Amino acid sequence: MIHFVLLISRQGKVRLTKWYTPYPQKQRSKVIKEISSLVLTRGPKLCNFVEWQGYRVVYKRYASLYFCMCIDPADNELETLQIIHHYVEILDRYFGNAYFILDEILIAGELQESNKKAVLRLVTTQDALVEAAKEAASSLSNIIAQATK
Amino acid sequence: MEQLRTIGRELAMGSQGGWGQSKEFLDLVKSIGEARSKAEEDRIIARELEHLKRRLADPDVPRRKMKELLLRLVYAEMLGHDASFGHIHAVKMTHDESLPLKRTGYLAVALFLDERHDLVILVVNTIQKDLRSDNYLVVCAALTAACRLIGEEAIPAVLPQVVELLAHPKEAVRKKAVMALHRFYQRSPSSVSHLVSNFRKRLCDNDPGVMGATLCPLYDLILEEPNAYKDLVVSFVNILKQVAERRLPTSYDYHQMPAPFIQIKLLKILAVLGSGDKQASGHMYTVLGDIFRKGDTASNIGNAILYECICCISSIFPNPKMLEAAAETTSKFLKSDSHNLKYMGIDALGRLIKINPDIAEEHQLAVIDCLEDPDDTLKRKTFELLYKMTKSTNVEVIVDRMIEYMINITDHHYKTEIASRCVELAEQFAPSNQWFIQTMNKVFEHAGDLVNIRVAHNLMRLIAEGFGEEDEGADSQLRSSAVDSYLRIVGEPKLPSSFLQIICWVLGEYGTADGKYSASYIIGKLCDVAEAHLTDDTVKAYAISGILKIFAFEIALGRKIDMLPECQTLVDELSASHSTDLQQRAYELQALLGLDKRAVESAMPADASCEDIEVDRNLSFLNSYVQQALENGAAPYIPESERSGVISVGSYKSQEQQETSAHTLRFEAYEMPKPSLALATSQVSMSTPPTDLVPVPDPGYYKEDHQTSRSQPSGDAISGEFGVKLRLDGVQKKWGRPTYSSSTPSSSASSQQATNGGSYSDGGGSTSSQARESSYGSKRQQGTEISAEKQRLAASLFGSAAAKADRKAQASRKASKENASAEKATASSAAPQPVKEQVIPEAPPPDLLDLGDEPVSSSPPSADPFSQLEGLLGPASATPVVSGAPATSTSKAPDLMSIFSDDVPTGATSGSTDPTLGDVNLIKGATTAAAKKGPSLQDALQKDATARQVGVTPTGNNPNLFKDLLG
Repeated sequence: MIHFVLLISRQGKVRLTKWYTPYPQKQRSKVIKEISSLVLTRGPKLCNFVEWQGYRVVYKRYASLYFCMCIDPADNELETLQIIHHYVEILDRYFGNAYFILDEILIAGELQESNKKAVLRLVTTQDALVEAAKEAASSLSNIIAQATK
Repeated sequence: MEQLRTIGRELAMGSQGGWGQSKEFLDLVKSIGEARSKAEEDRIIARELEHLKRRLADPDVPRRKMKELLLRLVYAEMLGHDASFGHIHAVKMTHDESLPLKRTGYLAVALFLDERHDLVILVVNTIQKDLRSDNYLVVCAALTAACRLIGEEAIPAVLPQVVELLAHPKEAVRKKAVMALHRFYQRSPSSVSHLVSNFRKRLCDNDPGVMGATLCPLYDLILEEPNAYKDLVVSFVNILKQVAERRLPTSYDYHQMPAPFIQIKLLKILAVLGSGDKQASGHMYTVLGDIFRKGDTASNIGNAILYECICCISSIFPNPKMLEAAAETTSKFLKSDSHNLKYMGIDALGRLIKINPDIAEEHQLAVIDCLEDPDDTLKRKTFELLYKMTKSTNVEVIVDRMIEYMINITDHHYKTEIASRCVELAEQFAPSNQWFIQTMNKVFEHAGDLVNIRVAHNLMRLIAEGFGEEDEGADSQLRSSAVDSYLRIVGEPKLPSSFLQIICWVLGEYGTADGKYSASYIIGKLCDVAEAHLTDDTVKAYAISGILKIFAFEIALGRKIDMLPECQTLVDELSASHSTDLQQRAYELQALLGLDKRAVESAMPADASCEDIEVDRNLSFLNSYVQQALENGAAPYIPESERSGVISVGSYKSQEQQETSAHTLRFEAYEMPKPSLALATSQVSMSTPPTDLVPVPDPGYYKEDHQTSRSQPSGDAISGEFGVKLRLDGVQKKWGRPTYSSSTPSSSASSQQATNGGSYSDGGGSTSSQARESSYGSKRQQGTEISAEKQRLAASLFGSAAAKADRKAQASRKASKENASAEKATASSAAPQPVKEQVIPEAPPPDLLDLGDEPVSSSPPSADPFSQLEGLLGPASATPVVSGAPATSTSKAPDLMSIFSDDVPTGATSGSTDPTLGDVNLIKGATTAAAKKGPSLQDALQKDATARQVGVTPTGNNPNLFKDLLG
C-alpha cells in the first residue's frame, strides 16, 4: 500500500503531504527531511525509486516539484510511478485543490479510481455545489444588505 | 508535457488563484513560496499561527471566514508546525450544515487527526449521521474521513451504515464504501470478517470503478487465505481478459492502455491464487500470453503491466512458454537504457532464477553493469539479486563485494540489513573456516553494533567448537589464526563493542593455547582493551574474565606468573567499581590467584566453554526441598493463571482487573493475524514469497527424493511455520517438472550450441534460441568494450569455481561434510547444497566450450584454448575436453557457468540423486547436441576461437584468473 504522498519543491519545501499510515507530527518532519534529502540529491537519469527504511519511495519530478509516494517493497514501482503521473494528469486537466483530487484517487493508501473522467466529474460536482453555495451566500448577503439599508 | 510543467510551476509557487481565498491567504502562500530559508519560513508560519490563534478564539468569526482560517491551519501544520489548538475547530466544522464547509471540516480533520487521536471520538457521531445523509456528496466526504479516522474501537459504530452503502445507487459511494470496509478489515480483520462476502458481490458491480476498488480488499483477503477464493480464479481471469480486450469504457484507458491499474491488481491476485495450484494456473496461461503479446514496452505503464506479468508467471505453476516470454521481457528490461527498467529487470530476474537459474547467465554483464552503476538504488537491487544467487562457489566474491559496499554506507537501516545478509551468507556457504572468521571480523569491525548480538555469540561458539567434523588440529589452527588476527586488530580505535567482546573472549580462552604468545603479553593486551573502553562495562567484564582465564590456565599448567602492574591497577579499579558484576569478577580473580593448582583446575577447567550445560527446567533437584517444606506446613504453589482467577472473585477492583485482562485477551485475538501479515510482507520484502517456492522438478523424483526435499527448507523455513504454506509446499513438490525446466542441463551452459541442443532435446523453448544466438553475437561484438576486470568479475560471480568432475567425484564426501558443517554453523540454515551439488553433472559437454568463452576470451587467440584450459584446471578436470566424447567430458568438465544451475533449491532437488535419470538426460542432451551439430565440439571450438579473435582483445593474465576461479 501507499504509506504517504509528499510533494516537495526543489528547495525541499513541502507543498502537500498526505499520510495513509499514522505518523505523529514529530516523525513526519523527520520523514520529510529524510525523504527530501534522499530524493533531491539524486541525479537526473537515475532510477525513480529509492530505498528508505525498508520501504520504497517512488518519486518523479515535474518542473521544480517532486511528487513522492512511499510504498511497500512488494508493490509494483512502475505502477506507482504511473499513479503519480495519473494524479498529475488529472491535476493538469482540472487545476484546483490537490487534496480533494487526491482523495478521489487514493483512499486508505490504495488506488481507488483510475478513471480520470470519474475523478473529474466528482470533483467538479463538488465544486459546482460550492459555487452554488457561494452564490446563494452572496445573494443572501445582498438581500440582507439591501434590507438593512 | 509543457502543460504539466506549467502546472508544476504553479503548484510550486503555491498559487491557488481563483479559489475565493482572501488576499491574506494568498499573501501567506506567496511569502512562504518566496521564503529563502527554512528559518524565514518558520518565522512566517509562527507569525501566522499567532494570528490564527487570535482569530479562531474570536467567537464572532463568520463561518465562511472560518473555512479559510482552517485551510491556513492545514497549511501551517503541513509545514511541520503544531496547530493543535485549531483541531477542535475543524471538528466543529464537520457539524456544519453547508456542504462546502462540512467537506472542508472533514478534510481538515482527516489531515489533522488520526485514528489514535482523542478528538476522533467527537467526529464519530458526525460521521455516523452523515453516512445516512441524502446528499451523496456528504456521504462521500464522511466515508473518506472514516477511512482515515475510524480506529478499531469505533468500527462497530459505523459498520452497519457502511455496509448499507455498499448498495447505494451512486457508484462513487459504493466505491468509497468498499474502500472503507477494506480499511476496517486492515485495522481489525475480525470485526468485519463476517462481511467479506460483500466484496465478492461487489466484484460483479456494473461500474468498473467499483469493481476495480473491490480488487484491493480481495487481494488482501486472498493473501491471507488463498484457498477460500479458488472459485474466483475463473472470474478474475475473465475480468482480466475483458479488460485486456478493451471491453471497459475507454475513459479507463491510460496512455492507450486499457485500465492498466486494474490489470495490475488482477495480475497480483492471480499470482497468489495460482501459486502452487496447477489447475488454477492452467486457466491463466492464455490470458497471460495475450497480455504479453499485446505488451507495450514503449510506455511506462505497459512495462509496469509486463513486470507484473513476470511476477505472476514466476509465482504460479510454471509453464515453459510463459517463462520464455517472461525471460524475453526481462532481457528487454535489462538491456534498456532506462534505469527504472533495469531496476525492474533485476527484480524480475531475481524472481525468474528461482524457477530457472540459467536465465541469469545471458545477463551476467548487464548485472555487473548494474552492480557498478553509480545509482545506489540499482546497486542495492543488484545486491539483492546476488544475495539470492549466492552459493558456496561464489560466496567469497559476493560477500566481499557486499562488505566493500557496506563499509561506505551511512544509512543505518540498510547497513544493518546488508550486514546481516553477509553474516547469513557466510554462515551458510563459507568455503573455509579461515575465510569465515576473516569475513566475520570485517563485518564486526564495520557494522558490529548493527548486527544481532546472537551472531557474535555464534561466532564465539564456532571458534570454540570448530566446525565439528574436522580433526582437532584444524580447530586449533583456526583458533590460533583467530587469535593472531585479533591481536592485530585489537589496537585499532573505535571498534564496536560486540566485536571487542569477541576479541576479549577469544584472547582469554585461546590466547595462550598454542604457546605462541606469552601469558603476560595477552594479559597486557586485555588490560589495554579494558583501559581504552572505560565506559563500556560489558567489554570490561569480558576483558577481566579473559585475564582470569589466562591466569587460571597458567596456574593449572603449574607456571608461576607475576602480576603486571597495569593488571593490578585494573583489578584494583574494578574491585571498587560501581558495577557489582565487575566487582565480583575482580574479586574472583584475586581469589583465584591464591588457590593452588588442583583447586584452579577444577574451578576453571580448560576448554569448559564447549561443555554443554543442561538446564533443568523443571527444577527437579528442588523436589525434595519442596516436599519437605510442604510437610512442614507451607502453602502449596499455585500457578499464576489460577492465582489471578482466585483473586478476581474478590473486590470490585480485581473484577475490573479481570475485565482489563479480558480486554487484553480480546485484544490479542484481534492482533493475531497481524504477525502473519507482517511476516507475509517481510517475506515478500526478502523476495522469498511463498509463491516463489520452486516446484521440485520431476514427479518421478519426488518419492525417491523425499528425504532430500525435506531437508530443503532453507529460505522457506519461515513459511513452513504456516499451515497453509506448509501444505502448499507439499503440493508443489508433487508437480512434475515442466518440459521447460528440464532443459536446465542444457542451458546451464552459456553457449548457443548448448542451448540449441538442450532445447531441441526437450522440444520446448527452442524458438528463442535463435534470438539468443543473435543477442549473443551482438554481445560478442561489444566484447572489445568490456573490460577484462568486468569479465573477471562476471566469471567469478556467474562461473562456478569448482570443477564439475571434482564435485561429482567428491559429491558424497562433500555432501556429507557440508551437511555437517552447515548444521554446525547455523542451526537455522538447512543445507541445500549437498543436494545441489549433484545437479551439475547433468550439464552436457558443450558447456565447457562456451564456458571457456567468457573468461578465456581474454587469452591470446593463437593458443589452443583447450589445452590451456586443461592446464589451468589441473588434475581435477584434466583430460577429456578435446577428446570429443561428450559423455565423458561431461562428467569431467568444469562448469564455469553452473552457479546458476545450483543456485536454487529447485535445481537442487531436480533429482539427479537418481543417477540413472540424470544420465539419461545427459546422454539425451549429448546425443542431440551431437546430432544437431555434427561434430559439435569441433564446431564449437572453432566458433569459440573466431569469437575470440573477433570480439575480445587479449589481455593476458587469465591464467591467474583461472587459478583464482578454480584453485
